[in-house]
Amino acid sequence: MSTTTHQPQKSEISFTVNGQRATVHAHPMERLLDVLRQQVNLTGVKEGCGEGECGSCSVLMNGVLVNSCLVPILQANGADIVTIEGLASQDRLHVLQQAFLDCGGAQCGICTPGMILAALHLLSKNPQPSREEMGEALSGNLCRCTGYTQIVESVAEAARRSTGR
Amino acid sequence: MRNGNIVGRSVPRKEGHDKVTGRALYVDDWTLPNMLYGATVRSTIPRGKIKNITFGCGIDWQQFVIVSAQDIPGKNCVALIGEDQPCLADGVVNHPEEPILLLAHRDRHLLPKAVAAISIEYEPLPAIFSIEESERLSEIIWGEENIFKTCLIEKGDVHRVWEMADHIIEGEYRTGAQEQLYIENNGMIAEFDPRYGITVWGSLQCPYYVHKSLMKLFNLPEDRVRVVQMETGGAFGGKEDYPSMIAGHAALLAIKSGRPVKIIYDRMEDMTATTKRHPSRTRHRTAITHDGQILGGEIQFTIDGGAYQTLSPVVLSRGAIHAGGPYYWPAVRIQAKAVATNVPPHGAFRGFGAPQSIFAMERHMDEIARVLQISPIEIRRRNLLKPGQTTTTGQIVSEETNLDKLLNRALELADYDSQKARFESENARNSKKKGIGIAAFLHGAGFTGSGERYLSSVVGVEVLSDGRLRVLVSSTEFGQGTNTVLCQIVAETLGLAFDDVLIAQPDTNQVPNSGPTVASRTAMVIGRLVQSAAIGIRGTLTSGGFLKEHYSREEFLAACRAYVEKHGPFRSLARYEQPADVVWDEEKYSGAAYAAFAWAVYIAEVTVDLTTYSVSVDDFVALQEIGKVLHPVLATGQITGGVAQGIGFALFEKVVWDQGRMQNGQMTNYIIPTSADLPPIRVYFEEWGNAHGAFGAKGIGELPMDGPAPAVVNAITDAVGVALNSIPATPEDIFDALSLNNQAGVISSTTVNRD
Repeated sequence: MSTTTHQPQKSEISFTVNGQRATVHAHPMERLLDVLRQQVNLTGVKEGCGEGECGSCSVLMNGVLVNSCLVPILQANGADIVTIEGLASQDRLHVLQQAFLDCGGAQCGICTPGMILAALHLLSKNPQPSREEMGEALSGNLCRCTGYTQIVESVAEAARRSTGR
Repeated sequence: MRNGNIVGRSVPRKEGHDKVTGRALYVDDWTLPNMLYGATVRSTIPRGKIKNITFGCGIDWQQFVIVSAQDIPGKNCVALIGEDQPCLADGVVNHPEEPILLLAHRDRHLLPKAVAAISIEYEPLPAIFSIEESERLSEIIWGEENIFKTCLIEKGDVHRVWEMADHIIEGEYRTGAQEQLYIENNGMIAEFDPRYGITVWGSLQCPYYVHKSLMKLFNLPEDRVRVVQMETGGAFGGKEDYPSMIAGHAALLAIKSGRPVKIIYDRMEDMTATTKRHPSRTRHRTAITHDGQILGGEIQFTIDGGAYQTLSPVVLSRGAIHAGGPYYWPAVRIQAKAVATNVPPHGAFRGFGAPQSIFAMERHMDEIARVLQISPIEIRRRNLLKPGQTTTTGQIVSEETNLDKLLNRALELADYDSQKARFESENARNSKKKGIGIAAFLHGAGFTGSGERYLSSVVGVEVLSDGRLRVLVSSTEFGQGTNTVLCQIVAETLGLAFDDVLIAQPDTNQVPNSGPTVASRTAMVIGRLVQSAAIGIRGTLTSGGFLKEHYSREEFLAACRAYVEKHGPFRSLARYEQPADVVWDEEKYSGAAYAAFAWAVYIAEVTVDLTTYSVSVDDFVALQEIGKVLHPVLATGQITGGVAQGIGFALFEKVVWDQGRMQNGQMTNYIIPTSADLPPIRVYFEEWGNAHGAFGAKGIGELPMDGPAPAVVNAITDAVGVALNSIPATPEDIFDALSLNNQAGVISSTTVNRD
């Protein structure tokens, strides 16, 4: 549940999310997480802790991986945001989504959207990360189900499929 | 064992597509029209009488729906094994964070302020917070002597073993509370309609537990309560009993307000108020020969149940039955008890008592080895159960069990001997000490003793109008793979494709009561029943002349369609029957405690940095025998996940208590392993089979929680030469243990040398 304090005035805030323009009316300090879930109906963005520890609410903002529970909506004005809903094109899964499905990277699924976005961010910077680099890059996204072994295998598999190796 | 076309193969997880695309709907992803949000006002003291409740100024209380214990139409309890836990405290509180009042409002952001504006005046009563304080009986907080349950397992004549012993070795071992820390917090939506009664949708493991509890709370018949499981973001036992409480709360608010109400806990509320793994204390006294043969012993296993009984009696049972490990005890007496304290009730967490008692057993084996100056491997090898021998409850070990072979394979996989020798030679020169540790263990699948007979689970398989089949069970998916494995079993049984079989959303209006999703019972017990129900479908089709004895997939689907066209949709049900060879004496705690045991040997390598006292786990070999591996990727994922939780249990996850309240109820200060903290976990299986499970499967979910903690702590002890007998062993604890050892030369185990 949000601990946002109420500001008297709502502001009009516009951003691009998953390639679509969105305009919302929100208090400037409302969390990006709440606005995405409640106003844009992107419920693939999950809340796990509300304090930036678990990474379940990860989204890409201007190409940077952020915890949307820590981002006031004001900061998202004019930003380009990608959530899990923006990865698959029509019914074709993104290579990371397919690899998570094939390699057991998703169990209960609650960390999965954030984890896939963290992996996407990693592969965009480093298309062939080592196991250690993967462990380090995903360490801001907590998973309680997998022990990470199959998540790391999923990311490695996606990297292999993307680079054709 | 042979793979089938579908069983034994890693087909895509049924609900996997929705999970990787973000489409899967968890309870907080869902809203109903005109819905209010609910919040809970909780006790701030551990024990006392409620004298006065003040609704502070600055809040327009007219806008809030307020519920107290007086609004409960039925019995004020969360009905489970007992009925001692109130749904809302009425006059007295027995632990911090006990629910007292409920609030609802349409703006969820206003609720925290309103909760903070309510002040409750108490007359405090003395409270107790530990097993020892509870045993002292200075305050009686539950029953006549603060005891929820005792049990006694006796085998052979323990009195005689002490005089035959060359050594008598004693030790005391402790484990701390552990938070399940599913990443999805608890949540529930309730709606009341006078025509249909109460409906709740939520994050939960056991729809029919919630159903039973709501019937009692509202004094309603079973057809006026409906419980639906939403996609559930992890549970691990933590959503076994507490969802009944939250469902009650949401439903009370829904009835009073006349509108749907959603309650979603935030992380701190979830961590401080809901259940955790029972803290434990285990005392061993073991009679042993010079060459390391166990003659017999006494084990006292005690767990802290918190303020109400909840699941403690059954956690205690499982812990006690597993306390002797996978070893042959000619004589043993296991005395177990669950005591009351003024902390929030402890509950189910993967392993359910066994990780606690197995930690003690496996640490104790290493202590015995140290005293006898034999290797940790040999002490285990000489005592591992063999076919024809009996467990502590007198259950005969089956023919195919070959624990010596399991041990040898694990040693090979871990390259144990050469690693051990290398660490011993290198440690002298390094401030980073390396060690290797082992744990051998077992885990019983299904409810303990007569539990499955009492549950008498029913499952169904129905034929849909398009010819496909749908599995009807109350068994829930929360990551483990229930949906996938049950559909695999049906498809394999009938020669269909995986996609020909669907599974219904668990909804008590739609599915029969196949019992709770706990106790490593789903693949083995429910899987077998689903197989029977599937065979029933085929029987109906063949006896009705719609299907020949030999058929293709297409012919089967066509027969289904033809049957439905003529007679309408139909279903086949199957009910559990206790196998004739599974006989349990509840009074004497003897006999076949479980229809099957899974067996395992885990080996951990660690580095202890003597500058920072931090521990890294460098390698982890997890070898287990689980009967048929129905789905290799899912099975492997169960093991790696359980091992990670076990490593957290051993090294990181420390609940800091003050006056019975968890002080570190945040992910910032309650630390679980991240991807940077764990090695790749190497998982291996043996498949010896199981006559009672579908295609030979046994239970698997809890097993991997049992072994990692003792394996890791045995490895630390191997590295630094000091016995650590309490977990979690954080760097501070390891520093303390080493300092204490340097000062006084203390060893925790005592030896009586009979020479």
